[in-house]
Amino acid sequence: MTATATRPVITGMGAAAPTGLGVAVHWSAIAEGVNGIAEITRFDASGYPVRLAGEVPGFEATEHVPSRLLPQTDHMTRLALYAADEALKDSGLDLAAMAPYEAGVSSASSMGGFEFGQRELQNLWSKGGQFVSAYQSFAWFYAVNTGQISIRHGLKGPSSAVVTDQAGGLDAIGHARRQIRKGTKAMLAGGVDGALCPLGLAGQLASGRLSTEDRPDRAYLPFDEAASGHVPGEGGAYVVLEDPVCAAERGARVYGQLAGYAATFDPDPSAPEADGLERAIRAALTDADRRPGDIAVVFADAAGVREADRAEAAALAAVFGNRGVQVAVPKAQTGRLYAGGAALDLVSALLALRDGIVPPTAHVTSVAADCPVDLVTGDARPLTGDAALVLARGEGGFNAAAVVTRTD
Amino acid sequence: MERRVVITGIGAVAPGGTGIKRYWDLLSTGRTATRTISLFDASPYRSQVAAEVDFQPAAAGLSPQEERRLDRAGQFALVAAREAIADSGLDLATPRAESTGVSLGCAVGCTTSMEDEYVVLSDGGAHWLVDPEYVVPRLYDHFVPSSLAAELAREVGAKGPVSLVSDGCTSGLDAVGHGADLIREGSADIIVAGGTDAPISPITLACFDAIKATTPRNDDPEHASRPFDNTRNGLVLGEGAAVLILEELEHARRRGARIYAEVAGFGTRSNAYHMTGLRSDGAEMAEAIRVALTEARLASGQIDYVNAHGSSTKQNDRHETAAFKTSLGEHAHRVPVSSIKSMIGHSLGAIGALELVACVLAMEHHLIPPTANLHEFDPLCDLDYVPLTAREARVDSVLSVGSGFGGFQSAVVLARPERSAA
Repeated sequence: MTATATRPVITGMGAAAPTGLGVAVHWSAIAEGVNGIAEITRFDASGYPVRLAGEVPGFEATEHVPSRLLPQTDHMTRLALYAADEALKDSGLDLAAMAPYEAGVSSASSMGGFEFGQRELQNLWSKGGQFVSAYQSFAWFYAVNTGQISIRHGLKGPSSAVVTDQAGGLDAIGHARRQIRKGTKAMLAGGVDGALCPLGLAGQLASGRLSTEDRPDRAYLPFDEAASGHVPGEGGAYVVLEDPVCAAERGARVYGQLAGYAATFDPDPSAPEADGLERAIRAALTDADRRPGDIAVVFADAAGVREADRAEAAALAAVFGNRGVQVAVPKAQTGRLYAGGAALDLVSALLALRDGIVPPTAHVTSVAADCPVDLVTGDARPLTGDAALVLARGEGGFNAAAVVTRTD
Repeated sequence: MERRVVITGIGAVAPGGTGIKRYWDLLSTGRTATRTISLFDASPYRSQVAAEVDFQPAAAGLSPQEERRLDRAGQFALVAAREAIADSGLDLATPRAESTGVSLGCAVGCTTSMEDEYVVLSDGGAHWLVDPEYVVPRLYDHFVPSSLAAELAREVGAKGPVSLVSDGCTSGLDAVGHGADLIREGSADIIVAGGTDAPISPITLACFDAIKATTPRNDDPEHASRPFDNTRNGLVLGEGAAVLILEELEHARRRGARIYAEVAGFGTRSNAYHMTGLRSDGAEMAEAIRVALTEARLASGQIDYVNAHGSSTKQNDRHETAAFKTSLGEHAHRVPVSSIKSMIGHSLGAIGALELVACVLAMEHHLIPPTANLHEFDPLCDLDYVPLTAREARVDSVLSVGSGFGGFQSAVVLARPERSAA
């Protein structure tokens, strides 16, 4: 294998999700069908047409974030610090034993620290500029999670923040692979979002993609004939992506390999000829040196919007045939976590490969006739095979696909 | 065969005027575009100075719908992109969409529009629970700045990799570096790369006031940005956009494109130290420079010009002076170093791309833009900062650096593609 074709391995995972704090809690909640979607508690949303969200349960910031960082961090940055901490610990990487520039951070973000930002906007507009926090200059902006994580763990390697809306979780991981191919040994990569504040939810309403359904088990029904939009959520995941040689040398536990990745764009995503998702799938498969038949399960983007569900089903059918591959949507239990969603799906995909099961998709009862997907519902199914495909799309035409494989 | 990346088109919207010609007129004559803020009443703020773009959307070629759809940052980016595309001579009707992508840098997204809409939604800050009745259709696009990259992708019909890079004040530099990486690895043949930001708004002024990052020199706005001068006392905000068409070298040669320069090297490192603070030794920036030079296969002595971050803060000027000495050795004392932020201020996520365009123009004209307002040298900043007036010099290889909130330190090396390797 040439240096440019290095396929990094995943040696650590961390998650803060509506299904639970920590990877293990999340994964067992998915298996048990726990619904992370409930009434919004972070603020009084009774005046909004959307009153449900996926909030991370039981997150006490003081238990997980140093008190010094509390005044300068938004809620979503605290969740990101948690997930990054967990992933690093889980990897067993000894950062102190590494040379200074051997590890970096690659994050995706969609909305930044908007709850913090809204508070400071209110201070400015209701009281005056002198009441704005000294931390506002960075606490809300899109690079904040990358910056805070790099500082907390002393990661001086190449670091960055990418914004491709909800495709970001995969694009950040793809970007991390690029850094490893250029010589960095390990990258913390992923995404966490969370803008469940009055201003943040107002912005998400404008996307026109939120469900106004009030029943937590009926509001987000991807591929269902009753799909009515999605439920917004908070949280996401980070993984430790590592050069395979370094991981082997230190005897690291390996969850799997990032075997393939690709990103494409559709200039007009609603046009009938838009084929960006299909192109991303095919390119990721080629990149992984795999054929469609090798893929045991697809973790779909699963917009929960009829037109977008049809388009994804058509892309899957074009590559795999009608109902040609098992499809899982753990997002149905978390809502959509924006830049965090696809990163969490990649974690779930690796766990599905590890455990040999396809988790059933909750809440969906009637897969639409125009969505020819083999959506696994009801009971978990056994997974035979060693490869999973994770898909993500972002508002405006962004598509990303990643292939992860079990390596044992 | 190794793929190389060249610049075949440039466009700019900058303080002092729209378009490359006006931009270079300003830089080459050493005039400054910093002034008392006119976009809104800045009198309540500690710092009331900025480098504003005199921008009329219609005069700049934007349609009424483009004007309505786009935040000021998006308007700047689209105008700069159109100039760069026209300059490149690329015929976008030719089907190569799948190998065309976008890599746009932006630090604070559509912050101006977000604040404007916040004011309406909260009725002037009166309510924490905002009124969803007043949500405008474009609000989600204003919240999630990938909408800006998507706009450029639609403009050129790109179907390849498209992303917005948001690395604080190194966004513009990193977006160009990232775009070059995409071409080198074979993910694209053409990348529309650059940076944009329009941060001059009440909340930006307030948050920079709060940490005294911006200058209080309100009585002399034209001379407020003074990189490396002993009397400098803070940065001057700017705004604008720059776009560079990046192209795979053979692709550019096949179509007979004019080649401005090769994006020869890119390095980025983090200081992992502080969200806004810098250590005085500049070690991480020095490492980013070393990485960029190595990738470019150039010795430090081959660099003809260094475009400094030069943000007009004591902390930065000393930090990067140390970084140049560490990474360039003795050559640091010989090579001309200048900061164009003295003239166009600091436009956050746009500035890295604007500075690279300035470097391209310096190579084109063999003229080094000066550091304006530099009269009284900081004794700890003892390099050749090209004070006050532009300098004629052979410019074949340049280094441009940036430093950003979040700890980002980046460096890009541009060189003539026919140069000899070290």
